[in-house]
Amino acid sequence: MPGLIGRKVGMTSIYSAEGKATPCTVIEAGPCVVTQVKTQDRDGYEAIQLGFGERKENNTPSALKGHFKKAGTTPKSELVEFDGFEGLNLGESVNVELFEEGEFVSISGTSKGKGFQGVVKRHGFGGVGQATHGQHNRLRAPGSIGAASYPARVFKGMRMAGQMGNKTVTIENLQILKVLTDKNLLVVKGSIPGAKGSTVIIEK
Amino acid sequence: MDRLKEIENELVETRNFPAFKAGDTVAVSYKIKEGEKERIQQYTGVVLQRRGTGATETFTVRKMSGNVGVERIFPISSPFLDDVKVLKHGRVRRARIFYFRERTGKSARIKERRYFSEN
Repeated sequence: MPGLIGRKVGMTSIYSAEGKATPCTVIEAGPCVVTQVKTQDRDGYEAIQLGFGERKENNTPSALKGHFKKAGTTPKSELVEFDGFEGLNLGESVNVELFEEGEFVSISGTSKGKGFQGVVKRHGFGGVGQATHGQHNRLRAPGSIGAASYPARVFKGMRMAGQMGNKTVTIENLQILKVLTDKNLLVVKGSIPGAKGSTVIIEK
Repeated sequence: MDRLKEIENELVETRNFPAFKAGDTVAVSYKIKEGEKERIQQYTGVVLQRRGTGATETFTVRKMSGNVGVERIFPISSPFLDDVKVLKHGRVRRARIFYFRERTGKSARIKERRYFSEN
């Protein structure tokens, strides 16, 4: 789907005419430059690669430098492919006018990393009920993970402790409340994944 | 962070109410919609706290309704907030006076903070 690359600015509230406060997220989105046009003949599929965010010339590998030079732009820090765009040429740019107010979009980003977490925080387990009656250091334990000699193994997908967060999360059907074209900003209802300043992908 | 403030100012109208803080007695005029009609409700009490910044800033006002304590939280940027009048400036030592909830009778008094006028 057509979309843009953006950066999360932060959250705030806006008030409706009825006086209701709506929590919303401000995203700085685009303008994104077309850095590559992929075609059926050449690449086997149709897509457009967009670039967003500045990057130091010194920190850019020479292979990528050539890639950006071809598109006639400065080096970009984020490159993402989108399908569904039509009639865009190399070097052209897309801005927030792609979206309309009231439209529903899906937004993907990298969620905040929580590190290695136990089952209580990670999966919402209740822990092992009691703290007294002989209980000892099992308060936040997962409990049983299966039966004994049959099936004699732990089922796949058993919820256990492990890394929580810091993975790609997509939230669908987020309503766009405002499009501020002059500042390249989108205001979206509700929250989106990731920390302030993290990169997000907004798709129609 | 400052970037967000800038945007907030654009999205939400900034209101200019007289400066007040915890311990002050304020009279709040709040617009209430009843079906089609809109009327203004008065609410007078002591400010317990101001919290948040920018568009999300709110303040809590506590009053005694008969024997029952009533607390209301008003968003400062709400378009339904008509007016805030400061009736008394109180002298308190903290920014959030939650201890005030446990006080009744004589101990629930707040000393007034008086300023010399500029003239």
